[in-house]
Amino acid sequence: MSKALFRTCPETGLQYHKPAEMLIRAHAVVAVVILLIGGIAALLVTLTRWPAVHLLPADRFYQLLTTHGVNMLIFWIISFEIAVLYFCSSTLLKCRLATPKIAWLGFILMLAGIVVNNAAVASGTASVMMTSYVPMPANPNFYLGLILFAVGALIGCFVFLGTLVIAKAEKTYEGSIPLVTFGALTACIIAVFTIASGAIILIPTWLWSLGLINNIDPAMYRIVWWALGHSSQQINVAAHVAVWYAIAAIVFGARPLSEKVSRGAFFLYIAFLQLASAHHLLVDPGLSAEWKIFNTSYAMYLAVLASMVHGLTVPGSIEVAQRSKGFTNGLFEWLRKAPWGNPVFSGMFISLIGFGFIGGISGVVMGTEQINIIIHNTIYVPGHFHATVVIGTTLAFMSLTYFLIPTLFRRKVAFPGLAKWQPYLFGIGMSVFTLAMMGAGTLGVERRHWDMAFTNAALSFDYPASAYTLMGIMGISGIVAILGGAIYILVTVVSVFFGKRVESESSFGFDVTKLARADPLVIPEGGHEAAGKWGLAAPGTFLLALFFLAIFVMYYAVNWKYLASVWPMS
Amino acid sequence: MSAIQPPAEIVWWKQPLDRVEGTWIAIALVWSLFMFFMMPFWHVYGKQNLSSEAYRTTPQAYLAKTQAMVDQYTVRKETDLNLPVVRPPPGSDVYLAGRLWQWYPLLELEKGQTYRLHISSLDWQHGFSLQPVNINTQILPGYEMVLTITPDTSGEQTIICNEFCGLGHHNMVGKIYVTEGGQ
Repeated sequence: MSKALFRTCPETGLQYHKPAEMLIRAHAVVAVVILLIGGIAALLVTLTRWPAVHLLPADRFYQLLTTHGVNMLIFWIISFEIAVLYFCSSTLLKCRLATPKIAWLGFILMLAGIVVNNAAVASGTASVMMTSYVPMPANPNFYLGLILFAVGALIGCFVFLGTLVIAKAEKTYEGSIPLVTFGALTACIIAVFTIASGAIILIPTWLWSLGLINNIDPAMYRIVWWALGHSSQQINVAAHVAVWYAIAAIVFGARPLSEKVSRGAFFLYIAFLQLASAHHLLVDPGLSAEWKIFNTSYAMYLAVLASMVHGLTVPGSIEVAQRSKGFTNGLFEWLRKAPWGNPVFSGMFISLIGFGFIGGISGVVMGTEQINIIIHNTIYVPGHFHATVVIGTTLAFMSLTYFLIPTLFRRKVAFPGLAKWQPYLFGIGMSVFTLAMMGAGTLGVERRHWDMAFTNAALSFDYPASAYTLMGIMGISGIVAILGGAIYILVTVVSVFFGKRVESESSFGFDVTKLARADPLVIPEGGHEAAGKWGLAAPGTFLLALFFLAIFVMYYAVNWKYLASVWPMS
Repeated sequence: MSAIQPPAEIVWWKQPLDRVEGTWIAIALVWSLFMFFMMPFWHVYGKQNLSSEAYRTTPQAYLAKTQAMVDQYTVRKETDLNLPVVRPPPGSDVYLAGRLWQWYPLLELEKGQTYRLHISSLDWQHGFSLQPVNINTQILPGYEMVLTITPDTSGEQTIICNEFCGLGHHNMVGKIYVTEGGQ
């Protein structure tokens, strides 16, 4: 292996293997283009579901909702994730990327899949939503595009795994892989499971759409498809938690409170997250209560436990790092004096709070076997997953981008003033958007529905006025969030393609250069606790965690009470 | 060493837990177990549990059963489409079919009485969403779900489709009228 194949970033000390660098750039650029397509669809869909605007005709609405779902939930996120996998293996381990040519083959397959699938939906013959539930038929190319994309992503996963093997064999690091790489490995393992499930169901469905198979059982389709559909969102969870840890390390030089706990929590993800297919089947016919309870709770909520652990240890590690720098006054000086003007940090922290408080709590509540009866397929459901996938994953990836632009693309971040506000606009807009959707869902408003007024139906039904108000708030806050998304795309595209080259140390748009200058491991006498209060290393974080738990318990209880008011049934 | 570098200690798994982590893990575990046992608890003591009773069927067989009930118990017709309103006796088996894009037939039930409500689809997947009481289930072709329900509020309930089923999805509306007992 030739040394010339590596470039060392003067700012961060990160070493980039040049073939890996090109691949990371290519995947990230494709991801942002997909985000643009999905974002335009998001704008039109939002303007249609906002009752006062009701922009699109029904057929266009369902078509664009399909475009939005597939591009955002599958193509944008997995494309960016492959970039994250290559970064976490090749770059963080200072290792050459395994088989770059095969990695390019994976990239081409993913790109081809994106084009084929989008062409099918654009032709108007595949407006079947992302879930494409059989026996509603779609243009065969809809499935084919997904299959091509999945094969490409699978190749990316194995290139990542191969790189880990090479790094170990060539001893590019000592001891264990970094925590962030371990998180990426978790995402990769879940991705392999996810893609295998996708292949098992989408290949027969493709053959069915071509007329080569007679029948796909709809119940079986749902079980296996959701092992793709939900687990793909679990790739996101593992990946964005890894990104949280990475940003805590990049901005604060934070180290995990303890490697054991954080890695243990990732391991719980590997062991239990895949059971979540059941979340979508809680009110399906014929499944036993035992099956549903075990699976929907990830076997006694062990994966929820893992997320609650990360929710403590990520901000906890930031608190410890800040306290060791002298921000020790009171419980929250460490947080108050955090760099709120740096979008790498602010985006990551809003992502953490939004994912936990909005996405996490609502997910557990609606995933409770009986409570799902009052929530299934209402607009509460997209409310929940916009909080997890958009505030959680997408915003985390956006924050990481502001770090990658200077170090990976060697460009100055354009429009730093706009970039500074972007996470707030996007994160707060999205938070109001998701809460409004959940409120409307609680009033029974349906998801994937063109007309909540039922204007052309034979029988009439009126939602309460409050449901219309909430859908209006959803529309307005959705526009705010989309504006935030547009600023992200503007900043990224202008920086990457037209931005000033980074030449010298001072040319970063933001002070994100503490990377690789983390303080040496000095645990104060008496452990981390010595720097905290009450014998706790991170007392402020602990208080935040208790506040989170209090809201969780209250909201959980309120929903049981609501359920108890529904008609008795058994 | 930070989280993007290998752990400084080779034997990192021997580092003792911080108290803040240990305490939080214990609290979170207790809460997780509480939420887990809440579900079986509700099966025993709660009144809203979705039945797991279901049968395999075919659209033809299911439509035949539905039609037999319609022929026997129709009390009136509604709308321009002459949709039958069926009033089956309390305690009986009631059949509801979802199809593109209609819930068939309309039902009239008595408050406080218990019914065995069968639901299936005659074509694609549909979502049974009863509003405003807010009961939602997934309806699949080939599967006949049986819910034992006891309406405890009177008045008009609307069945909306909440699984996307093509272009007329948003027009798929049905009714369950609940009358006061003894009428």
